[in-house]
Amino acid sequence: MKNHVFRPLLVVIAGVALLLVVRHFMVPRDFGIEEGGNFTYNFHRLSSTDEWKDFKIKYRGREYCQECHEENVESVLESPHADIQCENCHGPAVDHPDNPEALVIDTSRAQCLRCHAYLPYPTSHRSELPGIDPYEHNPGENCVDCHNPHNPDLENM
Amino acid sequence: MSCSRRDLLKNTFKATLASALPLSAFKMLSPAQVKASVGDSDVRWVFLVDTEKCVGCGLCVKACKNENEVPYDPPITRTWVERYVLMKNGQSHIESPFGGRDGYTDTKIRENEIPADQIAKGFFVSKLCNQCKKPACVQVCPVGATYQTMDGVVLVDRKWCIGCGYCIMACPYGMRFFHPIHRVAEKCTFCYHRITKGMKTACVQNCPFGARKIGNLKDPNDPVTKIIMNERVSVLKDEYGTKPQVYYIGLDTNVR
Repeated sequence: MKNHVFRPLLVVIAGVALLLVVRHFMVPRDFGIEEGGNFTYNFHRLSSTDEWKDFKIKYRGREYCQECHEENVESVLESPHADIQCENCHGPAVDHPDNPEALVIDTSRAQCLRCHAYLPYPTSHRSELPGIDPYEHNPGENCVDCHNPHNPDLENM
Repeated sequence: MSCSRRDLLKNTFKATLASALPLSAFKMLSPAQVKASVGDSDVRWVFLVDTEKCVGCGLCVKACKNENEVPYDPPITRTWVERYVLMKNGQSHIESPFGGRDGYTDTKIRENEIPADQIAKGFFVSKLCNQCKKPACVQVCPVGATYQTMDGVVLVDRKWCIGCGYCIMACPYGMRFFHPIHRVAEKCTFCYHRITKGMKTACVQNCPFGARKIGNLKDPNDPVTKIIMNERVSVLKDEYGTKPQVYYIGLDTNVR
């Protein structure tokens, strides 16, 4: 074969070889598809799935709180706030009581207004909740000064 | 053309053998074997949003951001709640400030007074990744950093993502965004670390009104599956053909 054809061909072959060598070292060993997976949607570094599974859980749920704070959980379960998770106001438990040792409770007015600021929406469940006009009803005051979140009905306090 | 008896018998035998051979290649498979060979797992995570029940408290968004370490103050979020106020004159007010993270506590929308007697419909719709059956975001990834798990959740490999942003562009629902700390594409994972341990997602657990539910579509006894199979549900942007797997009860044409 003539040299002017052969030389560039060598360069191309060397380039491809280099690419394959680099690829061999750069691409992780476990790159591929799971059993029964397809290359269109399932092609990935397989250990990535386990990395996501090992992500830290922060919100532990009411049952976790109940293990120690039985009385408080029972009191809120008897109130109209029974559907609200402890951690919505008390903050995510994470590894409480080890870390954090104490949770920061959100007692702000804004927290109560999330549900109890009245919105006049005829097609939403929101308008059926007990609601106030935040501009009229003791503006600036903290709701928890008068209302007990674990037993919010003023008559039963 | 002449053909001896010997040749005829020989050829007949050969032909019979040849036609019988391919038949042996067909193997009778049990349904379980077929299921395994097409990679069907026993789990397909799906989500159900009941817009009739949502009151726009935003506790789901708050919980999601805390649970998944999404920076709290930048206006980025894996899930959000939209407020729709549709007036009798046909005007519509639609907003989602900070994804509804702090709830909706004011009747005013973008400083505009909304006269209560003029409101025809007012409601809240929460949105999150649709974990599509045919995810466009996965197809466009040039490096194979985003993928679908066997139980139907689309995840991003943070170590492999180069942050090119193609997937953010490709998602018809605008669910993806750029994570400012990890500097990779970020999206809702259906709280993969929780659902694979038998827990509910952070948003489902922290919704006081049961407006959000997660279930396994492959389990016919799952309450969510029963609702999806037996009641009137719809999905967002069906026309894109991505086969979204977040189902909605009570959608309105104004919701896109």
